[in-house]
Amino acid sequence: MQHFINVLLNGITQGIVIAAFALALVLIFRSTRIVNFAQGSQAMFTTYIALTLMNNDFPYWVAFLGALAAGFIIGAVLERVVIRPLEGGMELNIVIATLGLYVAIQALAAILFGSDYKSFSSPVGVQGFQVGDLNLALTPTSIFVICTVGVVVVGLTLLFQKTQLGLTMRAAAFDGEVSRILGVRVSHLLTFGWALAGLVGSVAGILVATGSFIYPSYMESLIAFGFIAAVIGGLDSPIGAVVGGLILGIVNSLVSGYLAPGLVTIGAFVVLIAVLLLKPGGLFSSTQARRV
Amino acid sequence: MAHQPTPARRSRRLALGAALAASALVVAACGGGDGDGGGGSDPGITDESIKIGGHFPLTGVAAPGYSEIPLGHKAYYDFVNANGGVHDREIEFIAKDDGYNPAKTTEVVNELVLKDEVFAIVGGLGTPTHQAVTNFLNSEGVPDLTVSSGSILWDNPEELPMTFGWQPDYESEGKILGQYIAENMPDAKVGIFGQDDELGEDGAKGLKQYVEDQIVAEVTYVPGNTDIGPQIAELQKSGADVVVGFNVPSYTALSQLVSLKLNYKPEWLVSNVGSDAGLVGSLLEKFSEGAVKGSSPLTGLYTTAYMPQSTEADDPWIQLWQKVWDEYGDGSPLTNYKVYGMAEAYTIVEAMMKSGEDMSRESIVDTFEQDGGDFTGPNYVPFRYSEDRHAGIGGMKVVQLQADGTTADKTPVLKTDVGDAEIEEFTDSANTPPESGIPSD
Amino acid sequence: MSTDITTAVPAPPAGPSAMQRLLGLNLVRSLLVSLGVLVVGVLLLESTDAYTNTQLSSLTYFTIAAIGLTALTGLNGQISLGHGALMAVGAYTTALMLDTDSPLPFPVIALAAIVMTSLVGFVVGIGAARLHGPYLAGATLAFAVALPSVALYFKGTFNGEAGLTVISPRPPEWFVSFIDAVSGEFATSSKYVAYLGLFCLVIALFFALNLGRSKIGRHWRAVRDQEVAAEIAGINLGRTRVQAFVISAAYAGLAGAVMAMVVRLAAPTVFTLVLSLSLLTAVVIGGLGSITGAFIGSAVLVFLPPLVTDLSTDAKLSDTQAAQMSPLIYGIVLVLVMLLAPGGVMGTLSMAWRRRRARRQLTATPTKKG
Repeated sequence: MQHFINVLLNGITQGIVIAAFALALVLIFRSTRIVNFAQGSQAMFTTYIALTLMNNDFPYWVAFLGALAAGFIIGAVLERVVIRPLEGGMELNIVIATLGLYVAIQALAAILFGSDYKSFSSPVGVQGFQVGDLNLALTPTSIFVICTVGVVVVGLTLLFQKTQLGLTMRAAAFDGEVSRILGVRVSHLLTFGWALAGLVGSVAGILVATGSFIYPSYMESLIAFGFIAAVIGGLDSPIGAVVGGLILGIVNSLVSGYLAPGLVTIGAFVVLIAVLLLKPGGLFSSTQARRV
Repeated sequence: MAHQPTPARRSRRLALGAALAASALVVAACGGGDGDGGGGSDPGITDESIKIGGHFPLTGVAAPGYSEIPLGHKAYYDFVNANGGVHDREIEFIAKDDGYNPAKTTEVVNELVLKDEVFAIVGGLGTPTHQAVTNFLNSEGVPDLTVSSGSILWDNPEELPMTFGWQPDYESEGKILGQYIAENMPDAKVGIFGQDDELGEDGAKGLKQYVEDQIVAEVTYVPGNTDIGPQIAELQKSGADVVVGFNVPSYTALSQLVSLKLNYKPEWLVSNVGSDAGLVGSLLEKFSEGAVKGSSPLTGLYTTAYMPQSTEADDPWIQLWQKVWDEYGDGSPLTNYKVYGMAEAYTIVEAMMKSGEDMSRESIVDTFEQDGGDFTGPNYVPFRYSEDRHAGIGGMKVVQLQADGTTADKTPVLKTDVGDAEIEEFTDSANTPPESGIPSD
Repeated sequence: MSTDITTAVPAPPAGPSAMQRLLGLNLVRSLLVSLGVLVVGVLLLESTDAYTNTQLSSLTYFTIAAIGLTALTGLNGQISLGHGALMAVGAYTTALMLDTDSPLPFPVIALAAIVMTSLVGFVVGIGAARLHGPYLAGATLAFAVALPSVALYFKGTFNGEAGLTVISPRPPEWFVSFIDAVSGEFATSSKYVAYLGLFCLVIALFFALNLGRSKIGRHWRAVRDQEVAAEIAGINLGRTRVQAFVISAAYAGLAGAVMAMVVRLAAPTVFTLVLSLSLLTAVVIGGLGSITGAFIGSAVLVFLPPLVTDLSTDAKLSDTQAAQMSPLIYGIVLVLVMLLAPGGVMGTLSMAWRRRRARRQLTATPTKKG
């Protein structure tokens, strides 16, 4: 029993981080209709910024906010400098540009910060709770991670449903042309979308790192899993990203715990295919399979 | 695995023989024309210099840690060059990045051999990566020295006459750890935590020779997947109170963290591959809550040592490495990876010294086979090099990490080998480094 | 996109073009182009050093795979982030078939690799036919990540992480005497592999040239550009998409077979997601849908990284710094090509050429201005 609970808890903590990252991908997808392969590298880079702040004796929270701000700015700058000029062309071109950024940012981080392992401490403990005889695979850090993602999800929901900005973003994402005609400055919204995704990505980057180790390619596995989770969820649905992330995290953990760790990626593939065969647009897609 | 010659292997031998004959023809066809004079007409060696190279993961997922090994090599060669070189020749060392991808390994080794025309490949890192180039190097007649991997694949003089291992093989280490458990923890329930490749497999194979009936769980992890929660949970479920890890250092750190998470406190025995106490300890320090300040988070962990470790500041070898690193390193702290690189480089330099002024590709291989067993490096037990064997260091001792970061010997130095070779005490006293820090001819 | 514009503008009068088609000159032209590449390939292999020879070997397998992918993505509009995994199928098939006492001749093995990979491609294609754009990208990416695990799990057959070593085939007598006659050099096994790669490339090229101009190719394009119209015209969308995937997979399989011999190993770490992404990159920066573009994109992949490393080493950077420069520059080049030449190299070239021609035509009628 303890084993099952712990495998499950482990899956939830892993899944919630995948979810956070998938959220960032979904935000980009909603604004630009592409998958941003550079997201992982952006998040890695801002996490190094946070670590640098912490190593200069800033408290965790300051470093956390610093990384978020950096993520926001990097996202906006990338949209303005690289993505904007490519808008309106082939979507594949933007994808290739993000692949280029993914490689280049990772190389830059190795040059600037070194390629060795670095610890990223946690503001709260990393020791698991004990309930009677039961040792739970749940630590203050994992609760912190889950709560943070919860705050992000609530924040995004409020933004999209309660604020003018959010509603306009949804409208623009739904039909940019019409919004433009209605006088919405869609281009600013696109920049904001990338900035917001950069911020959410930074949260994911820091949450993966907290209570663990970082090196320039530490986000690598999350790129694939985050993408898969976002597709499972339906790519343009934030709720879908969270559900997709949790499903993937739990399935990964169960496969790893009860079958073999080598089968984890195969398990993820099977889940994805199963979902897509049932719903070609993903679990929470608002529209029918969309031609892009 | 590689010891029973199968029909497939025999056919490879034929193919290799043909390839060797072919390369001999090439040499015959265009040989002698180089006219560099001096030691011979082999590529990469002139009166003034010896050019050598290796492939290492300098970028990508495997770069953390492993990318420091060529730094150790480089520092030691620079030190040797500054002190007269090898028979007045300067060593030029080229480290190429393969990102731990065998396709890249093939490309960069092609470049090293065919374009840079190195004299030898040294310290080539990794099992799948290096496996991609052994046949090429052997058919081209390029010495393939001190491979940075404990796989037994390199010990295959018939098919790979130019290839030599260096570090102890994983199976021997498994045996020595197994015997220690059998003798000192006879009632322990043993779990195995192994990397899903020959490190985990060979290690477990050796271990099982001694503690087969004590094993209650065997889990593996796939390198690259950092989520090892389910694996540690399974070890905990099995009730294992002793866990033997055949893993790399980052997974030592991860396994400690996950165990902390699960309140799982077995005795840990970790392969020397993964027990870089300095590195892992400093990584874990930030997470050690409630532990005594200044004490190593790995206190009590058992591992093995086949040469002095970076934390043994009083050891004359470490003092030599520290001196070399202070003078020719990049200012970063000395780690076991750099120590590993320097120790490999020491072996290379010693072989070059002993090969004499007329060194050729053939003669350095001869030196490894004839004199390799008497090389005087930091290793506690000699290399197993001979005409029939190309295996590296033949033993180690079990040690336990202490609170102050030092290690305490738990066994004498033990000597063993793969298969059913006995484990024997090795009583010869350890080598000390020469005054100059450079091996003599 | 640029390719079908060029084919859609058969500027010369209609007469000769109909004649051409009648005489089946397309076939002849493809044959001539392929033979031209063969001759250039032989000249290149015989005039360059051994190291460049090995780079050219790498170029052959990259190009074969890129041609297959550019057919799928450029002609049929389906994206695949999983072609690296399909190459793995070809490579493992080759490695397994070469690992016997008396291996079959290479053409048979290559054919087997093609068949095996096509079968896998068929299965993937059936799933893919239902999916579009990013969903297809996601599914193929998951495939690319998952497939190498099969080799890890079935250790008995695929030898796990360490992989299967491939002994390069011995150059046969006739080959040795051929090379001796051409350049007076001794034919090494690396050289033989380079020639095998070249032959495979030429054959792959020949089929690709014909494919683009055949009925199949036209159907593919129709499905890409006008799904509904194509369906009304009686084209079976699903079958066409699966067909495109299978043919593209066949290319990946052949590329994998050559790759196994060039790399001399089939191991999970060879076929990472990065390989799949690199292929897509090559196809796009070369110019999507263009076979010449596939060549150019592959050449960038093969020649740029060592070039950057060498330049960095010459600039007195340490080995580690030089190694890190290579991905940095590569990434920046990708971004720059997309910004400065959105049609890829070939797309931009043909655009410039068309603009020049248009300008020349305009100067003939000086009333308008470009």
